[in-house]
This record gives sequence, C-alpha cells and structure tokens, in this order.
Amino acid sequence: MKKTMMGNYAASWGAQLSRVQVIAAYPITPQTLIVEKLSDIVADGELKAKFIKVESEHSAMAACIGASSTGARAYTATSAQGLALMHEMLHWAGLARLPIVMANVNRAMAPGWSIWADQNDSLSQRDTGWMSIFSSSAQDILDSTIISYKVSEKVLLPTLISFDAFFLSHTVEVVDMPEQELVDKFLPPYKPEYKMDVNDPRSFGALTDEQYYYEFRYKMQEAMDQAIDVIKETCREYEEITGRHYDLIHAYRCEDADMIMVTSGTIAETTNVTVDTLREEGHKVGNLQIRYIRPYPKKDILAAIGGAKKLAVIDRNISPGYSGIFSQELKSALYNEIDIPVRSYIAGLGGRDVKIEDIKDIAYNALEHDEPNDLIWKGVKK
Amino acid sequence: MAIKFQKSDKPIKIEGAHDMPPMPAALGSMLFNKTGSWRNVRPVIDYDKCIKCFICWKFCPEPAIKIVDEKPVIDYDYCKGCLMCVEECPKDAINEELEGK
Repeated sequence: MKKTMMGNYAASWGAQLSRVQVIAAYPITPQTLIVEKLSDIVADGELKAKFIKVESEHSAMAACIGASSTGARAYTATSAQGLALMHEMLHWAGLARLPIVMANVNRAMAPGWSIWADQNDSLSQRDTGWMSIFSSSAQDILDSTIISYKVSEKVLLPTLISFDAFFLSHTVEVVDMPEQELVDKFLPPYKPEYKMDVNDPRSFGALTDEQYYYEFRYKMQEAMDQAIDVIKETCREYEEITGRHYDLIHAYRCEDADMIMVTSGTIAETTNVTVDTLREEGHKVGNLQIRYIRPYPKKDILAAIGGAKKLAVIDRNISPGYSGIFSQELKSALYNEIDIPVRSYIAGLGGRDVKIEDIKDIAYNALEHDEPNDLIWKGVKK
Repeated sequence: MAIKFQKSDKPIKIEGAHDMPPMPAALGSMLFNKTGSWRNVRPVIDYDKCIKCFICWKFCPEPAIKIVDEKPVIDYDYCKGCLMCVEECPKDAINEELEGK
C-alpha cells in the first residue's frame, strides 16, 4: 500500500511492521516524531509492545539491552547529543551481541546548538560494534528497519540506521508499505539461542579476563565479515517479496564512468540527479553511494570503482585534524588495490544545503584537477 | 560452529573462540567458583531473635540468603561477608563472627 509520509514516520512504521516488542526512548529534535508515533501506535493497541519512557538516552539504550537480553525485539531512536550520551551503552549492546535496531536522525553536534543535518554524530559511534547504515530516502528507512532486524538477529550484532535531519526526517515522500503478512513471513519472531532466563539462570557480561576477551573481539569481527553475505542474502530475499533492491552500496552509472563521486545519505540522491545532468553535458561520471559503513563493503566498493580514473568524495562530516571520514575509509580501502587520485570535499556541515549546483561545482573541480587532495571545503565563507 | 553455552560444576575447558558463545556469557560456572572464600566476617542468624521478615533476604546483594523451610538461611559458599544483612536486620538478629583460625 502506497502512503505519503515523513522519513521519521517511515522509521516508526518500519518498527511497527517488524513487530518490535519493547520500545524505550527519550525525545530529541528531530527524532521526536519517530517515537511519538510509536507511542500512539502502542497506545492505540495497533502494536503489542511495551513502550518505556526513560529519563535519558543512556537509559533508553540500557532498557533496550535488558529487553534484548531476554529475547525481546527492541527498538529505539535518537539523534546527535542523545546518541553521544548512549555511547557507553552502544559498546555494551555490541559486545553483548544484541540485535537491537536503532534509528538515528543525523544532526550536528553542539555547540553551536544545531538541529540540522550532519553525520558526525553517528560516525563518532563507528567503532562500537554496530552495523551502520546511511539511508537516503523514506522508503530506504522503512525497508532498512525490517531488513536490519533479520540481519541483526542472524549475525547477533545491532544496527544503527542514520538519515539526515529535516532533508529526510521531515520531508514527505511516497512510501510503499509492505503488507504485514508479507513482513511476518520474511521476519519471523526472534528466537534467540542465548538469552537471559530466570528459569535457567546464567551469568551474562561477567568479569572476562585476558584469556577470553581477545577471542570475543575476534568473534565480533568474524560476525561483521559474515554480515556482508548475510546482508546481501537478506536484501535479495526482501527484493523477492517487495521488488525493491538494496545492497551495501548503490552504484549509479558507474560502469563506464571516468570519474566517480562517492557519497552517502541524502547527498547521494541529489548526486544521482546531478550525474544525469553531467552525463547530458558529456561528462562520463557516476555516483557510488555508500549505504553501509560497517561492515565496510571494501570488495564491492573496489569492484564498483572498476576502471575509473578519479574519485571525488563528498563528506557531510569531518574528523577535525584530518579530513572527511568517508574519504579516509575509502582511501584505506584503495591502498595496495587501486592507484587513482582521490579528491575529498567537505560539504553541508550543520545542515547547510548541498544543491545540484554545489555538486556540479565539486564535479567540475574534480574533473579539472588530477592531483589528489585530502581536504577541500566546498562553499566555506573564508 | 560448535558453541558451548553450558552449565558445569567443574571448570569448563575452552580451547578457543569456536568453543565460546558469541557474547561473554556462561563462560565458567558459579557452581564451582565459590565466592564465599572472599569473606573475612561471617554473618550468623540468631533464629531465637529472627521474626522471619526476610528483609535480609531482600537486601542481600549476592544473593546468598535463601528461604529454606520458611526461614532465611545464609549460603556460606557464596556469602562474601558484606554484612548488609546485619545492617538491615530490624531485630539485630544477625551476629558478626570473625573468620579464620
């Protein structure tokens, strides 16, 4: 059934269709609508779930950890400062290998106090052991939520689904909602092999000395490696029932491209349109959208780059003291594999709009210059 | 993948990652790891004074106080001697005794 909805509601309905059993959340702009809607859905009896109001995001994640440990399907959503407050608990959820799914509306970290789009919040959580997706449309958010529960429950790793504040969270798009029966068939109830059970008590997360801790890290990495195939397989299964194709990356007109732009989030969608215009002008360009930053789809990225001669990365984030984070990740993947110049652009921090003209400027700049460059500030008022 | 997620009253032999569950859980066993050996002061319930309110049972953080035949009974295999029960007993019915020879 097709419906118009904001990106935020796509997250809510994705959680409802996934039949989540516990939702623990604390409101923060621009995420609030996600959990407000879920609270309505639960109160109206449309979803049999426990909605836990908590006093902070740290507690929201703690409640999800508790719920997930007992075998319940747990969900929460947050943004920026809220995600940062969860940081300790994110590591816990990761190492306890709990298949929690969370939406994060990408919002700039304060100060200056900002509620607008910026990826630094979720990228700061890159190393917590969560699988991490950057969605680029409302449809993507809804589908990713359903797909992520299936993947997470298989590999026992949590998933973070991020999407740009306002450009996506508060923008209304047409979304095809799959029928509940179809989703139920695709995503059966979570039946964990390991769970906290008062009738069968065991210790969880107890003191783990150097004899074992190292091996748990190894196992987490193994699960991340395995997740790449599980994500692909699960996306294929989802495509069979919905007709919608997803993957760890989305390569747009890259096959014969001389220059490929590497993007994520809503900028990726704008770049697709820009690529079409640039192609009309005779430039052989493509757009490589990175959907998953963890697990990092290195092989897919290298394959998509193929014979391109140059890359231009656009980062709506920055690791102060070095460069854009997607750019660093890309360069580390290319090393020893493909030797072509990478030009790295920062754009749209703190919600500054990145328009087709801006991406065109970036493309022209990259087409004109052959030397690599670590950091180019697009549109900064110097 | 052979994963051990078992209970045992003996130490569980783990060769490597593939013997282990994915998360740090049920690695060893509290059945043999008797933390009562940490105790240097022993709480002892005086059943003549005990009114069976079970406040000690409720407060024991371990929890090493069990209810046996409708009485609170301290399990010295696991009691670490924190003496919270002594502090909380409303009838001063739990005495402190030094451990040791």
